[in-house]
Amino acid sequence: MRERIDCDVAIVGGGIVGGSAALFLRQAGLSVTLLERDWCGAKASGVNFGGVRRQGRPLEQLPLSQRAHAIWGRLPELLGTDAEYIRSGHLKLARSEPDLASLIDYRERTQGFGLGLEIIVGEEFRRRWPALGDRAIGGSLCPEDGHANPRLVSPAFARAAAKLGAVVREQTPVDRVEKDGDRFVLLSGDALEVRARFLLNTAGAWSWRVAEAFGEPVPLESLHPNMAVTEPLPRFLDVNIGVEGGGVYGRQVPRGNMVVGGGRGFALDADRARPQRDAVLTLMRDAAELFPQLRHAHVIRCWTGVEGYTPDRNPIIGPSRTTPGLFHAFGFSGAGFQIGPGVGQTLAELVVTGETPMPLEPFRIDRFTPTA
Amino acid sequence: MDVVSEPLPPVIVGAGPAGIRAAERLVAAGLRPVVVDEAARWGGQIYRQPPDGGFVRPKTALYGFEAGKADAVHRAMAAIRDRVDYRPRTLVWNCEAGALDLLSDGASETLPFSHLILATGATDRVLPFPGWTLPGVFTLGGSQVALKFQGCAVGRRVAFLGTGPLLYLVAYQYLKAGVEVAGVFDTTPFIAQARATAGMLRDPATLAKGLLFVGWLRAHGVPIHNGVRPVRAEGAERVEALVWRDARGQERRTVCDSIAFGLGLRSETQLADLAGCRFRFDEADRAWLPERDGAGRSSVAGVYLAGDGSGIAGADAAELAGERAALTLLEDRGLPVDGKRMNELDGRLARIAAFRRALNAAFPFPTDWADAIADDTMICRCEGITAGAVREVARSGQAREMNRAKALTRAGMGRCQGRMCSATTAELLSRTLGTGPDGVGRLRAQPPIKPLPIATIIPSPPRGEGEGDALRGSGRSDAPFQPAISALPRVPLTQPSPRGGEGSSGREVA
Repeated sequence: MRERIDCDVAIVGGGIVGGSAALFLRQAGLSVTLLERDWCGAKASGVNFGGVRRQGRPLEQLPLSQRAHAIWGRLPELLGTDAEYIRSGHLKLARSEPDLASLIDYRERTQGFGLGLEIIVGEEFRRRWPALGDRAIGGSLCPEDGHANPRLVSPAFARAAAKLGAVVREQTPVDRVEKDGDRFVLLSGDALEVRARFLLNTAGAWSWRVAEAFGEPVPLESLHPNMAVTEPLPRFLDVNIGVEGGGVYGRQVPRGNMVVGGGRGFALDADRARPQRDAVLTLMRDAAELFPQLRHAHVIRCWTGVEGYTPDRNPIIGPSRTTPGLFHAFGFSGAGFQIGPGVGQTLAELVVTGETPMPLEPFRIDRFTPTA
Repeated sequence: MDVVSEPLPPVIVGAGPAGIRAAERLVAAGLRPVVVDEAARWGGQIYRQPPDGGFVRPKTALYGFEAGKADAVHRAMAAIRDRVDYRPRTLVWNCEAGALDLLSDGASETLPFSHLILATGATDRVLPFPGWTLPGVFTLGGSQVALKFQGCAVGRRVAFLGTGPLLYLVAYQYLKAGVEVAGVFDTTPFIAQARATAGMLRDPATLAKGLLFVGWLRAHGVPIHNGVRPVRAEGAERVEALVWRDARGQERRTVCDSIAFGLGLRSETQLADLAGCRFRFDEADRAWLPERDGAGRSSVAGVYLAGDGSGIAGADAAELAGERAALTLLEDRGLPVDGKRMNELDGRLARIAAFRRALNAAFPFPTDWADAIADDTMICRCEGITAGAVREVARSGQAREMNRAKALTRAGMGRCQGRMCSATTAELLSRTLGTGPDGVGRLRAQPPIKPLPIATIIPSPPRGEGEGDALRGSGRSDAPFQPAISALPRVPLTQPSPRGGEGSSGREVA
């Protein structure tokens, strides 16, 4: 006997975007069914680096990022937990004059978005971050950025939505999705049929399947950012660290463990990935070079995940171009954690009011389709 | 699998009884296997040798009744030493795409394989009890290693607590070494052990040994208590007493300065997992084990399993299974094998298996133990996680399986990667959720399987990043080693992304 659920909004994917959308939709009083084929927040939302970072994002993402920033400030109230979120600041290092110039340029271009970036160089830089030694000539600090534990944050959104009455079904893969008149119909095996007026496609790296089902193929590629964590060490770093020009990034959690990221893992299959040996070794070398404090430390764990990347590294967010009532939000290209709750709130806004003040044009799903 | 024109030498991980007998058989067939082992000297845990140089104890003192077997295994390896590529003091930290990653002398090296025998052995299975983190509480295996490898005892007056053959064996070895044994505290009711004895008659010699240990201990005035549960280890700075409950439920106290404790053994399965082996739940071992057929084949072509690393059966079975897996490997490589020897090994392994079943009945796992663990008892020492934290994520519906419990509580995220605590986590989860022991899954293995120094020296700069498939490791490069900590060159820049600024792999992830 197949269970049937009729609701206002069906959500495919219980990561930070789907979970937060469910939460804000419940706050607005709509009935929500969230389907997650694994566990909520167990995929890219839960296994990323944990940086909560506006700095470094392309300008077109900053309005959403700012919106998310406000939500991050209300975590305990929204989720009942702070999920180890700390506004530690995010410091982007420059190791050469050209790198510093590009940080300065970024600060100029982001004036007015409220990031409050400070360029710190020379003597003051060394005074404020003696731990970084001569690893950089300066950096750009975003004082209100920070980091959090993604394993706690991301599941907490879906859980909070469930507390407010959202129907959250984990271990429930969606096999078929279609539109039947004005209703979306989602099937999970013979167990469950969900019918809804609206559909949110927030299925991360697997979102292309839903998009394709509605005639919107997208060039989404799965990639696997590589992470490692050391044993707990004496505290030497209070900021979340990035490097202009990339390569490696790191943060030290209050317990003392250093989390570092860089390079790529590899796919085991469509659903699973593993850290790759060369990437792990390179990451260790680069991390030890950037943070001499790690020289005698051990890496105790490496991990990676499955994340959807778009060709221009910007997400796909907004209404479907083929199917009224369908909204997409995926393809965050390794930078969805901080912005996620802002996107979830925007999706809820689109469903409830039909519009949003957020500029979503750069994130149109059809921007990769060659124009005839 | 495809037989390549130049087959690689077979690789054996582990130089205990299984690994050594496997190597011996491969050498006899004219191959030159690579034998990788974490220890400085061969023998494994059970036949562990003291460190080289200046520390000589007779094998009869080190291994007791097993001295003959230990000596035979040691000699077997010594005899083929020149015909194997032996790599002691070497950690296998990863298995990926047909190659192992080794760590030796601070440097990492990738070792491709076509045929791999995993003989990774086992460690103690422990479940916590109040006070188990006090200095002076050791595992049974650890206490035995102290005696064999370091020639010292873990204390002056030792209480032996838990279940399994090691309980009586190590107590006996301590007594023989002149250490005072405060008592043997067996969690198994006496009646269960008496009933199981009938099954053990299949192997009268081993049974006789067991009875002899017990008899010897009794004759020397060592109290042996059955049906015991620990209440707590007591002590200010270190263990001063074991408080326990006897079979009638009476709380009692035994003065001791150390406790040797274990509830049987658990297989080291991480490499099998990384190698892609399929796992199944084994009722007898109460653990997920890589599938292994009678011939030692795993579910992955070219990967073979032998010894306690894929199911607890003891050192004798490990020797036989190591040789059996090697014969299977030879057969799979199309080399001539001795079919009669195969049959003989199969027969002996079957007899041991029957005996093991009786032994499991004689030393059943105390399934109620986990229920008695107080919420404030620390269960994961690496991360400082309590039993209450694990129960809470289960009770609240947030975690219905092991990996989820790990993500939410951190149990199993620390230095040991769950090798010590996951038995406890599984018990707590399954008891709280009301599933069977097999109902909560198992922790997925992740590299490195043991902590890896960040200063590990790496072979040649790996290829550029962010190239997707081009990143796949393909064995070792011939370029010279480079120190990991160089004189501060710039971290290699990646290709600029279309937007400039951040290369595709250099982007901070979230």
